[in-house]
Amino acid sequence: MQTIAVIDYGMGNLRSVAKAIEHVAPGARVIITHDPAAIRSADRVVFPGQGAMPDCMREMTASGLRDAVLEAAASKPFLGICVGMQMLFEVSEEGDTPGLGLFAGSVVRFPTGKVGADGLILKVPHMGWNEVYQARAHPLWQGIADASRFYFVHSFYPVPKAATVSVGESDYGLHFVCAVARDNIFGVQFHPEKSHQAGLNMFTNFASWNP
Amino acid sequence: MSLAKRIIPCLDVTNGRVVKGVNFVGLRDAGDPVEIAKKYDDQGADELTFLDITASSDARDIILHIIERVADQVFIPLTVGGGVRKVEDVRRLLNAGADKISINTSAVQNPQLVAEASGRYGAQCIVVAIDAKQTGPGKWDVFTHGGRNNTGMDAVEWARRVAALGAGEILLTSMDRDGTKNGFDIGLTRAVADAVSIPVIASGGVGSLDHLADGVLQGHADAVLAASIFHYGEFTVRQAKERMAARGIEVRL
Repeated sequence: MQTIAVIDYGMGNLRSVAKAIEHVAPGARVIITHDPAAIRSADRVVFPGQGAMPDCMREMTASGLRDAVLEAAASKPFLGICVGMQMLFEVSEEGDTPGLGLFAGSVVRFPTGKVGADGLILKVPHMGWNEVYQARAHPLWQGIADASRFYFVHSFYPVPKAATVSVGESDYGLHFVCAVARDNIFGVQFHPEKSHQAGLNMFTNFASWNP
Repeated sequence: MSLAKRIIPCLDVTNGRVVKGVNFVGLRDAGDPVEIAKKYDDQGADELTFLDITASSDARDIILHIIERVADQVFIPLTVGGGVRKVEDVRRLLNAGADKISINTSAVQNPQLVAEASGRYGAQCIVVAIDAKQTGPGKWDVFTHGGRNNTGMDAVEWARRVAALGAGEILLTSMDRDGTKNGFDIGLTRAVADAVSIPVIASGGVGSLDHLADGVLQGHADAVLAASIFHYGEFTVRQAKERMAARGIEVRL
């Protein structure tokens, strides 16, 4: 039986992530853990994050999990969600916070006062169901139609230096990258655990992904 | 194509059951919360909102178990409100599986609660619910305690203030329209939605599918909330979305 570890460093509710994976991978053992040894021995790792990136980086580091996260990201199927994805970049505008630097580039805030197609000001946070355009094929997109809607709730988004890492993009007053991938790492700005069937399909793919 | 406008069925819950009444009078049993949540999920609801209207604080934990059971089976965002007084209440609801917590009366009594909860858990999970009643032309006051107490505060000003305090979204209910089925208070919705840079959910008064579309097109709401039109099978969420799409609104179908 494979083990999928959801990394817990005290930021937010991880129950939904674990339940969504259990729902699609009943044969897997899903654990919510802050134990570096458990993360090391897991077959796959999910790295979530909610709230502000400065808090997430601080709590993750204070939990003594930095090395375990970096090791997992270097060695096994690794899924970053929301701030968990943002933390993979070099730096975030949010509190000028250094990230883990696994992806070259930065995380920036949506500009305020941008006007949408209906002539109204676009609200920040970007909250709700938006279309995700698959910038290129990836095993985690398998069975998910291009332009499927996923649930977003965020004010910051990643700007990778290398266009090649972008696997998913979306529009909200501007075109932005909402999914990145390289080798064994996949990161998404949206919340697959809250994205109904499209999100469940993504977890199904993640549970059997062999990069 | 871009962000979809959201349709949010609302479930009033007390003592473990979904109920529906007009202005808190004559509550009728509308069913089991988990079953109803699953039904709306199947119909394509974009989110679900649970309002715990339990009067007694002894029975508050019941909502935690309901949220746990719903969150185990329904993979869309869940908002929970009612009786949230402390940051600890926010934490417990989030841990039970809620994604957003709605704060109403306590935000008025203690605005710092909004700042604290937002600072700790992020603006994305803090919704401030505003119950407003018209007090003059183009003027609405904030009411608390289910519409009984007038705070004397201007609703638009209060909306701006809670946005500045760290709310991530506003759930705006017209007390004049709630339960009437005459449609949203468009003037109120538009005044608030245009005044703040965070999303606004329109609530109170939906009696037809066109009312939902009006809330978006005329009221500038980012999301629309309704209860009774869905509870008694008058309309499905899917029908509501089809009607909104026919009126040119982008929805998730």
